[in-house]
Amino acid sequence: MTPTKLFLSAAAAALVLSGAACASKPKPQPDTGPGPIAEGPGPAGPSGPIDQGATAPIPGSEQDFVINVGDRVYFDLDEYAIRGDARPVLDAQAQWLNRYPNVRIRLEGNADERGTREYNFALGGRRANAVRDYLVSRGVNPSRIETISYGKERPLDPGSNEEAWARNRNVHTAITGGAR
Amino acid sequence: MRLIAPAAAIFALLMAGVAPATGQTPATPPPQSGAIEGEVTEGVLRPYPIAIADFGGPHGADIAKVVRADLERSGYFDPIDPNAFIERNLDVGVTPNFGDWRRINAQALVNGAGVTDADGRLRTNFRLWDVFGEQQMLGLQYTATPENWRRIAHKIADAIYQRLTGEQGYFDTRIVFVAESGPRGKRKKVLGIMDQDGANPQFLTDGSYQVLTPRFSSNSQEVTYMALGDNFARIYLLNIETGRQETLGQFNGTVFAPRFSHDGSKVAFSVERNGNVDIWLMNLRNRSSQRLTTDPAIDTSASFSPDGRQIIFNSDRGGSPQLYVMNLDGSGVRRVSHGGGRYHTPVWSPRGDWVAFTKQTGGRFSIGVMKPDGSGERLLTSSFFEEGPSWAPNGRYIMFHREAPGVSPRLWYVDLTGRVERPVPYSGSASDPAWSPLLN
Repeated sequence: MTPTKLFLSAAAAALVLSGAACASKPKPQPDTGPGPIAEGPGPAGPSGPIDQGATAPIPGSEQDFVINVGDRVYFDLDEYAIRGDARPVLDAQAQWLNRYPNVRIRLEGNADERGTREYNFALGGRRANAVRDYLVSRGVNPSRIETISYGKERPLDPGSNEEAWARNRNVHTAITGGAR
Repeated sequence: MRLIAPAAAIFALLMAGVAPATGQTPATPPPQSGAIEGEVTEGVLRPYPIAIADFGGPHGADIAKVVRADLERSGYFDPIDPNAFIERNLDVGVTPNFGDWRRINAQALVNGAGVTDADGRLRTNFRLWDVFGEQQMLGLQYTATPENWRRIAHKIADAIYQRLTGEQGYFDTRIVFVAESGPRGKRKKVLGIMDQDGANPQFLTDGSYQVLTPRFSSNSQEVTYMALGDNFARIYLLNIETGRQETLGQFNGTVFAPRFSHDGSKVAFSVERNGNVDIWLMNLRNRSSQRLTTDPAIDTSASFSPDGRQIIFNSDRGGSPQLYVMNLDGSGVRRVSHGGGRYHTPVWSPRGDWVAFTKQTGGRFSIGVMKPDGSGERLLTSSFFEEGPSWAPNGRYIMFHREAPGVSPRLWYVDLTGRVERPVPYSGSASDPAWSPLLN
């Protein structure tokens, strides 16, 4: 998605949000996530006593997306096909995005360092677009999705070994707006 | 074994990968004036011993030092330590005592002197002497503002190099490159420019976006590069003299991999739309643009032939990344890479006779060359990781970058025979070098 399109989406989202404050309320969505967060200590988990900062993620927030859905899927060497283990993550992303229709995302395609700069930039773009096509096929409106490639320029893992390279062949779903 | 051969012939033999034939040693006749006399042992050429005396006058010692360093770095010359000179304080106006220079095995001698003219400019003249033939080979003079004394030195080195090798020089040139710093996860990448010997580095962007794959135009004042931000990838044209910068344009997709044609009138670049990457051409004079490839494969890294009629590029349309050549209108696509392995980043030599590329086989990367029809493939270097060749304007040296686990990227160069392989004298972390044409 070009920056111009992003601007239009931002403007459109602003209109929706301002509209919600006035006459029309957003349609109520079935609440299948954790309930509203009450003030006070949350449930004690295996990590021991919880201090005030550690509350469960607000449904529809970026944190909710990252922790409960997963914001990254991985690819095989030189491949841009959606892997078997990526499908459930992308299905969950699509469901979450369909539940929170104001959220906009940017799909960032990444490649490992074992390739030349321009070709790996192209490969990252192919990966981002493969994820985009998948999410669109699961009902996400393409106008909410921006894609970009970072090629091998922003590796998740700075290592130089097979494990690092496998982690660096990924598409990261970044929330760019509209989340709680 | 001593082999006497005209300079150009020796270089031609080396380019062809053939070691000059060894035979009976003749009774040593004096070499022809201007000949490179190499001692050939099992195909290894010993560098040509040359004495370069400190020049007289302003910046005289500095200029001589730069000339020695340029010639030494070419890998074909061995400047003799000035401490070994017998004849000292050699005035540029008198004939040298050639015996003193033969005694230290100098085959050529350079001396010179500079003066400051009435207008404040530095005027430096020099002579190149054939020690065995006992005659002057070259006498030239250069004038520049005093702060440009380095360019005078590079032009002198170019003149000496050309006279003794028969090849055009490449020392009075600049390199544009990406200066890197910061954490690997999000490197700060700014546009750098420096003299080819690493002097005068300057940084032209502020790091607010990452600069990738810069290239020089043939008129040497314009640079194009790709800018990568959090949510954009665009191509800039930057005039390095005025600092004026503009985007190449909007193409409804991410744009990258820009290259100028050799006459500077066009830019080839890549556009990614919906996952498909194709090569486009823009005419800089009228800003018209044209899509050249339509294949659903990745088509990228286009490079023009010097006659402007063809483009070589990187495509995986056959299943793996290979090199293809096409006409300027996109017709006549044919594959030219044929070895096992993956080929990338093709760049056409300014002399038209070779293309350089990055090749990946198994876990290693190499810089190699082949003829534009794909024949004569030779790998010049090999390491854990290296990429991005760029030709010197004389078509005889290639600069690239190399990195390894735990070692951040550095610039290197190699000559066309593969025998000379050295780091570029720039101490910072750097990648994506591009060589300027010879400066005016």
